[in-house]
Amino acid sequence: MATFQEFIQQNEDRDGVRFSWNVWPSSRLEATRMVVPVASLFTPLKERPDLPPIQYEPVLCSRATCRAVLNPLCQVDYKAKLWACNFCYQRNQFPPTYAGISEVNQPAELLPQFSTIEYVVQRGPQMPLSFLYVVDTCMEDEDLQALKESLQMSLSLLPPTALVGLITFGRMIQVHELGCEGISKSYVFRGTKDLNAKQLQEMLGLTKPAAPQAGRGPQGPQVPLSNRFLQPVQKVDMNLTDLLGELQRDPWPVTQGKRPLRSLGVALSIAVGLLECTFPNTGARIMTFIGGPATQGPGMVVGDELKIPIRSWHDIEKDNAKFMKKATKHYEALANRASANGHIIDIYACALDQTGLGEMKCCSNYTGGYMVMADSFNTSLFKQTFQRVFTKEVQGAFKMAFAGTLEIKTSREVKISGAIGPCVSLNAKGPCVSENEIGTGGTCQWKICGVDPSTTLAIYFEVVNQVSVCVCVCVCVCVCVCVCVWSPPSAVSAEPSERRVICKDLQRGIAVRPLNCYLSIHACTAVEEVPHRLIGSHFKKRFQAPKRISFKHNFGMRGETISTAQCFTVRSMEMQ
Amino acid sequence: MSQQGYVAAPPYSQAQPGMGGYPSGYGGPPPQPMYGHYGAPPTGVAKGPVATPPPVSQYGSPMQQNGAHPQRIQPPSAVSSPYGQPPQVPYQSMAPQSLPPAQQLSNQMSGMQISGYGQMPMQPTQGPPSSAPQHPLQPGPPQMMSQPGPPHMMSQPGPPQMMSQPGPMVPGPQTQPLGSPPPMGAAPPMTGMAAPPMGMSGPFSGPPPMGGAGFQQSPGQMQPQGFPQQPGPYGGPMAAPQPGFPGAFPGGASQMAGPPQKKLDPNSIPSTTQVIEDDQAKKGGQLYTTNVRGQVPPLVTTDFTVQDQGNASPRFMRCTSYTFPCTSDLAKQCQVPLATIIKPLATIPKTESPLFMVNHGETGPIRCNRCKAYMCPYMQFMDGGRRYQCAFCNCVNEVPAFYFQHLDHMGRRMDVYERPELSLGSYEFIATLDYCKNNKPPSPPAYIFMIDVSFSNIKSGLVRLVCEELKTLLDRLPREDGAESSVVKVGFVTYNKVLHFYNVKSALAQPQMMVVSDVAEMFVPLLDGFLVNFTESRAVINNLLDQIPDMFADTNESETVFAPVVQAGVEALKAADCSGKLFIFHSSIPTAEAPGKLKNRDDRKLVSTDKEKTLFQPMRGVYEQLVKDCVSQGCCVDLFLFPSQYLDLATMGDTPTHTGGSVYKYSNFQVEMDGENFLSDLRKDVEKPIGFDAIMRVRTSTGFRATDFHGAVHMNNTTDVEMAAIDCDKAVTVEFKHDDTLSEETGALMQCALLYTTVGGQRRLRVHNLSLNCSAQLSELYKSCETDALINFFAKSAYRAMLNQPLKTVRDILVNQTAHMLACYRKNCASPSAASQLILPDAMKVFPVYMNSLMKTLPLVSSSELATDERAYQRLTVLSMGVEDTQLLLYPRLIPLHTMSVDSDAVPAAVRCSEERLTDGGVFLLENGRSLFLWVGQSCPPDLVQSLFNVPSLAHLPPDQSSLPDLDNPYSKKLRSIISSICEQRSNSMKVLVVRQKDRPEVLFRQQLVEDKGLHGGASYMDFLCYVHREIRQLLT
Repeated sequence: MATFQEFIQQNEDRDGVRFSWNVWPSSRLEATRMVVPVASLFTPLKERPDLPPIQYEPVLCSRATCRAVLNPLCQVDYKAKLWACNFCYQRNQFPPTYAGISEVNQPAELLPQFSTIEYVVQRGPQMPLSFLYVVDTCMEDEDLQALKESLQMSLSLLPPTALVGLITFGRMIQVHELGCEGISKSYVFRGTKDLNAKQLQEMLGLTKPAAPQAGRGPQGPQVPLSNRFLQPVQKVDMNLTDLLGELQRDPWPVTQGKRPLRSLGVALSIAVGLLECTFPNTGARIMTFIGGPATQGPGMVVGDELKIPIRSWHDIEKDNAKFMKKATKHYEALANRASANGHIIDIYACALDQTGLGEMKCCSNYTGGYMVMADSFNTSLFKQTFQRVFTKEVQGAFKMAFAGTLEIKTSREVKISGAIGPCVSLNAKGPCVSENEIGTGGTCQWKICGVDPSTTLAIYFEVVNQVSVCVCVCVCVCVCVCVCVWSPPSAVSAEPSERRVICKDLQRGIAVRPLNCYLSIHACTAVEEVPHRLIGSHFKKRFQAPKRISFKHNFGMRGETISTAQCFTVRSMEMQ
Repeated sequence: MSQQGYVAAPPYSQAQPGMGGYPSGYGGPPPQPMYGHYGAPPTGVAKGPVATPPPVSQYGSPMQQNGAHPQRIQPPSAVSSPYGQPPQVPYQSMAPQSLPPAQQLSNQMSGMQISGYGQMPMQPTQGPPSSAPQHPLQPGPPQMMSQPGPPHMMSQPGPPQMMSQPGPMVPGPQTQPLGSPPPMGAAPPMTGMAAPPMGMSGPFSGPPPMGGAGFQQSPGQMQPQGFPQQPGPYGGPMAAPQPGFPGAFPGGASQMAGPPQKKLDPNSIPSTTQVIEDDQAKKGGQLYTTNVRGQVPPLVTTDFTVQDQGNASPRFMRCTSYTFPCTSDLAKQCQVPLATIIKPLATIPKTESPLFMVNHGETGPIRCNRCKAYMCPYMQFMDGGRRYQCAFCNCVNEVPAFYFQHLDHMGRRMDVYERPELSLGSYEFIATLDYCKNNKPPSPPAYIFMIDVSFSNIKSGLVRLVCEELKTLLDRLPREDGAESSVVKVGFVTYNKVLHFYNVKSALAQPQMMVVSDVAEMFVPLLDGFLVNFTESRAVINNLLDQIPDMFADTNESETVFAPVVQAGVEALKAADCSGKLFIFHSSIPTAEAPGKLKNRDDRKLVSTDKEKTLFQPMRGVYEQLVKDCVSQGCCVDLFLFPSQYLDLATMGDTPTHTGGSVYKYSNFQVEMDGENFLSDLRKDVEKPIGFDAIMRVRTSTGFRATDFHGAVHMNNTTDVEMAAIDCDKAVTVEFKHDDTLSEETGALMQCALLYTTVGGQRRLRVHNLSLNCSAQLSELYKSCETDALINFFAKSAYRAMLNQPLKTVRDILVNQTAHMLACYRKNCASPSAASQLILPDAMKVFPVYMNSLMKTLPLVSSSELATDERAYQRLTVLSMGVEDTQLLLYPRLIPLHTMSVDSDAVPAAVRCSEERLTDGGVFLLENGRSLFLWVGQSCPPDLVQSLFNVPSLAHLPPDQSSLPDLDNPYSKKLRSIISSICEQRSNSMKVLVVRQKDRPEVLFRQQLVEDKGLHGGASYMDFLCYVHREIRQLLT
């Protein structure tokens, strides 16, 4: 056996989880004294080419409040064909399919090297995968042309069965109907009036005439897998290419001294609403391309008078940004709606001036979407970034996963304080939820709408032992992840998508003396987890955030996006 | 005897007791007295043995009466012409209008003749203006008398007339021929004169052809029977003092039914057809020169040519009276409304010269500094031409240097005849930027076609029909005179619950459809490509029109919106910064959730209650605002309705009727039946000359002013008449009131200025000037009344009043005012006569028939059997009608076809609108400007049926025949040529409805026989006269 460090390293490589302390303080008191919180950086989809997908369903603990997954840390009685849950100690029968189990014939999930394991479950109806392009038309022709080309190109990158839709906006919002013969149709909305999902549904004529209740089971969407606005790429490929080709700059005149009227807020709202009422709880990506800030309607960031400049950092700091609060609220509400339905919002903002990402950051943040800034759509920065979104694995599957839920279970000695990262709370209370919140807390389940192999969340724990226990005990932290992953039709599978459950079972010792903890500290983790915490407000007070960490920068979405240098700055401040 | 009778005669109502002798059968109060009146002559006849009275004497007496009447007319001079008086006097008086002296003479000679129907026309042309009033001579008597005469009279000078007169004079002969209707005979002589005074009895008795003369009957004819009988009928109505007007009448009518009725001769009451014929005979084909102030123009039905010499053509402006009373007291006393019906963009025949255009360059039209009146022939130049005095406000203005011109010895500018604005009644100015919205030259207008594509329109095939038609129709958009192509832009919208806009930019390969579902706050989703030039975008538009019917072929959407549709049109025009017109093809009541949603409020229980008016009141709120928006943007709304049930036309029609638009209604539309009719309406509507974004202002000389405006207009303040658009068929009726005393010298001047945008996008000012006489004598006023204009005014004001007052009140007011006007005439202008005599001014002698017809129109009749929408529809259409239209609507033309000569091109003369004119063996064509009926008698000869319908007998005629087969025989050809010539003259197309006698649809036809008792209530002409007469007598006592 190698050193402890090597062992840890091995574990991290295998599980995609890195703890700030690899040996944990034994009591709450000690934990608080140690300043650096007990936490972990967590990469759910860490690429593991060597990991064999398990084609059956996980075995769950039979206790209703537990439902933990069978894992290598469980005690197994091969004779009795029983296993004991390592969280609640419930004894469970193996299911009939495990009849042949024995010490020499263990299922993969019981092998210690499979502390991370991936189940592929094909349960429920097929889930369509949707890509909804929301395109700003208030931009220079050159930019628009480049964008149109990028979009047209992207059609070829989409799986043929994926649904695709198009919304364009400027002064007004057009929801394009696809696949029309002879005439191109679109539904038009004014940019100053927000609509709720029901209104939108009526206005788009999406109300289902018959039996609206019947089909709405928990199983998700029912039979009509497409509608007039979202259709399979293979069907509307040509049509959409033409449509994109014909896109014109917003025709409404922009008088001198004015900004073009850009109804981003409502456009986004319509996009969210459209998916909400047609494909709730399925994978969908709203890809928003903007050439400037929203200038009218809900979500406007700046007025259309050019003489009034867009809010600056100082305005925000002094609470002097007129539209900030309202706009933020609007986008927050949208982000919440989108994430509740498992939909991702990406924002590709290409402009020389600010575009109001500060107000919109939660859209990406809550839903796990991308936020990309560039000077122009005609730059390689945008073009290549955009292409990378559609990167595929060797097998042809996208490297993105949709509509995931993250659930964490802990043994009794620790509780969960919260998570920081592209997630929203699912408000699942449980015995392992701490009252001290850090980040998105108060729950042991989170929704992560968009996940890719680099998506990393920070999870915070609290040690709840009141008294120091002088025994060296192993504690398990068990983690289950649910993600929906799309696999390409080029693969043998006819399924356009599949659900996967990824379980990571981890175990760390409790230190008898604090010194042991210090020895186990992982410097990088300690540092990396700090920026994550910057988003938690209570933490912000303790660490004076350096000014150059502006809103436009998207800290905390995934650890990798933060340079180590920045992290050290923070740490040094802490030291002082 | 007779005289005694008169004396004795109690008032009408009282008559009963006295009646004794008369058949009691009639209503209670038999009109003995009335008879008496008439009759002195008649009575004699009646009472006496049939033949008793020597013809001569009888003759004489009637004549005298006639004469007397005329006198009455002349208020001033001839005070009393007792019966006994010499006929001559009467004549003179009769001749209300100005006749040339020569004619007068002749008239006098003919004195005997009683009434002069048609004389009028002659007079105006011939007589010098000044003399006219003074010598009323010519009168009508001659004409009336005879038939010999009218034509002759017309053409010939005095002498010939003389000749003719004698003819008529001869009592015996003349009357007889005329008198075909024996019954009339006795009593009627009195009435004869259509002209002024109608004897009660007289009117009835008169033979129709006679015209005024009709009344006079030859003694010989008079038979004893006649006499008694007549009273009966009259009495009937009279007697029954019915409370409710309409109600009452029917009652009366029933009474009428009694035996005696037969005797009454409807021919004896003044006949509209006769008046029309006479006027046509007298003035038809002539040149009407407008150089005389206060000159009464020919009737609207007369075919004449106008030469503008300082006053606007009657086609543009027609007054209720061409002589205004000098004081408001007089005006109040006579209660004759003073109004002008203005049709500013009226089409003028090719034979008349189009309006001249005046361009004063950058300074714009020259206007009075104070009242802003435009330069016109009435301005008085002074001070060697350096200044001019405004004829309207008397302000003295400087003449701009560029406009200076020396005056001649008469004080007129030397260039009077070179400048239209100094010599003509109507002309146009090119408006400068000051007259344009925002001081920007206007853009050419746009036509937006908005098609309801809900289920019913798709199913009926309407959508396909419209789309097909538009492909060719759009080539014929109106254009500026002389322009090569139209600059009018077109746009397309379809809608049901949501709106679909179409981008038809010429650069597009295929049209783009943009759906707006947010009907709560309407907006236009596109800017560029919605309104396009048809010729440029022809391919895309045709592509679109091809696709529309198919796109919605499977629709099952039955709900529609309406207000948002109009709103969308307004917004589109606003975005394009132009004015324009919306053509909306709509099918059903808009029930979809949206602003302006309507609900069915067709509660027939309200009919005949005080709340009946609510049926006609448009819903307020959204629709009110809509009208304002439309008008301020210059957005005219034309509504084509295809309802299968109630759709609250009162509300839906509100917007069109306040924006200068029209409403067309095709109930239960079927393409095969109504398609052609609708298309022809649509074509006319699209092609007709029109002006947009119009503001009209009527200025008057001091002493009176315009107080009220009726028409398809919107009023923001009390003086500016705003019209989103005004086309060649829309008329505005303007009422005047006195402010002060008018002077006889200066007369009353009015100037109507219309600022509008042409279809070519030019801003123009059209000015119409008219000068009227003023007189302190009511007789002058009555003499120069224009019945057709009067009835137009009454129709519009009654239709407006019915929104605020119970219908019964409205009808009462109409009757009361009618009675009052006539009573005032009787009191002040007519020579004394027995109270039982009904005396009508010559110029208003057919007024009662129109008035009665007006009260029988659907809107004013309270009957729960009538469809509310139909009533509202008629109400709305009348509001913007010109005089021609109301005349025809209220007195349809009934043309006998079985007697026509197939050789001549002429349309056969119309007969009176009464059932009695129908014959079982006949075929009649009836038209009222809205519909066209072909009535076929039961025993119509099979060969005629064969030649018209190509079926062996009537029984073979399909029940809902609505078209005539195209047959190659003279009858068929002639009939079709008549129909097409009629249709050409009308602003809307009419579907021919073939009605067989005693068939169910005959009801519709019967409704149009306005002289008969109304099917849904309303008196017959005769009953009405009696009723009015009774009222008059009450007023006079």
